[in-house]
Amino acid sequence: MRINCPICGDRDRREFYYQGAAVALDRPAPDAAETSWDDYVHLRDNPAGPTRELWHHEGGCSAWVVVARDTVSHEIFDVVLAVDAKTRGATA
Amino acid sequence: MRFSGLRVLREGLTGNKGWKPHWRDPEPKAEYDAIIIGGGGHGLSTAYYLAKEHGLTNIAVLEKGYLGGGNIGRNTTIVRANYFLPGNSEFYSHSLKLWETLEQDLNYNVMHSQRGLINLFHSDGQRDAFARRGNAMINQGDDAVLLDREGVRKYLPYLDFDNIRFPIYGGLLHPRGGTARHDAVAWGYARGADQRGVDLIQQCEVTGIDIENGKVRGVQTTRGPIRAKKVGIVVAGRSGQVAAMAGMRLPIESHILQAFVTEGLKPVIDHVVSFGMGHFYMSQSDKGGLVFGGDLDFYASYAQRGNIPMMEHVMEAGMTLMPMIGKAKVLRSWGGIMDMTPDGSPIIDKTETEGLFIDCGWCYGGFKAVPGSGFSFAHLMATGNHHEPAARFRLDRFRTGRGLMDEEGTGSQHNLH
Repeated sequence: MRINCPICGDRDRREFYYQGAAVALDRPAPDAAETSWDDYVHLRDNPAGPTRELWHHEGGCSAWVVVARDTVSHEIFDVVLAVDAKTRGATA
Repeated sequence: MRFSGLRVLREGLTGNKGWKPHWRDPEPKAEYDAIIIGGGGHGLSTAYYLAKEHGLTNIAVLEKGYLGGGNIGRNTTIVRANYFLPGNSEFYSHSLKLWETLEQDLNYNVMHSQRGLINLFHSDGQRDAFARRGNAMINQGDDAVLLDREGVRKYLPYLDFDNIRFPIYGGLLHPRGGTARHDAVAWGYARGADQRGVDLIQQCEVTGIDIENGKVRGVQTTRGPIRAKKVGIVVAGRSGQVAAMAGMRLPIESHILQAFVTEGLKPVIDHVVSFGMGHFYMSQSDKGGLVFGGDLDFYASYAQRGNIPMMEHVMEAGMTLMPMIGKAKVLRSWGGIMDMTPDGSPIIDKTETEGLFIDCGWCYGGFKAVPGSGFSFAHLMATGNHHEPAARFRLDRFRTGRGLMDEEGTGSQHNLH
């Protein structure tokens, strides 16, 4: 897999650290209900198909990126900076 | 039909004409007492123990593909009980005991070979950790022997003991650990279940789970609706998709784990050897192939095939540990889909829907758990009570934070195991 970092360009997957589903962009409020935190920390849609994930360009510019990727074909559709994605919300 | 040495001899002398199919191919009935979704190792063993231990024989196993076509057909076949934490320890201990009588119980040769498993250590700190683990295993009633460097050399003279980065300090030997013939385990349980009247229905994909007033009523399938008051989901690798049919989201992320096998060689690796520092482990199959693997690729995947970076990593680790394998040619590689839970331990529990049960989240350790998982899940489905050795595999431990079983001590979040 190669990931097209919006800052660095097309790079080997080895330069990136995989964090997980992009739900991390929608952190609940500190006083949110236990179920919201359970959703956020543990429960996952875990789709077989297109999904959105957070990756960290650890071996590059250190940007957090949101990768739209297919979990069955490993095809990558889109990579945007997490800071841009966050303003649109995790499910945008 | 019973297998025996005499039978093999007689069939051999009479042209092998007396062998029959190991199980029937029945049409699904309109209703069963219980349905198991998933005809893999865990689903088939659940069906077998439901019939054998609880006398429930009006049951069906529904499999969308063919029996044993998932992870039971694509793992590295290791059987062990070297866990540390309460919850895991007693469960895998129970499972190993079932393995030790499995062939007689099933009247089926699963080629269970207790050749011994050796986990190597490479520092004083790791030695302490393994001594502690070994003590936990002994306290559980299983076996463990702490080997020093010379002790390991006696068993594994071919390792590179003086690797500059990871010199071998010793190893933890688990003599009762070993391997088994993975497909035969699925086939043996399938045959045993079928003989007790269980309908094994292949090419039958579940497309919906019928729930009325919080109670399960049956399932919709590609071969029509089937009613049942008890339904067990045992579909590791696809747990999220099937659970979603019941409106559930699971604490599971699916990851790919690769494995590799070389061309057949003369016997050279007599044990199961694991090299924790390099994420590498190896055994040799009875056909002679070196069977080995490493860590997850570490990204969500349902592809059943991995990528080059982890292949390279595994090969490098193998060459670091045992340079002699460098000329063995890798025949093929493959990947299995792991139900990864946040704490790296599995789930055997009821759900919020009455009559609906789930067995999932086996991470990369499902094969050795096949007998214990089926036994405990059958107990839960039949009696409604958790089976003692599996009583801590609760679905709600993530929400409550109570009873987490983080065997590696790395934390209880996705992506850490």
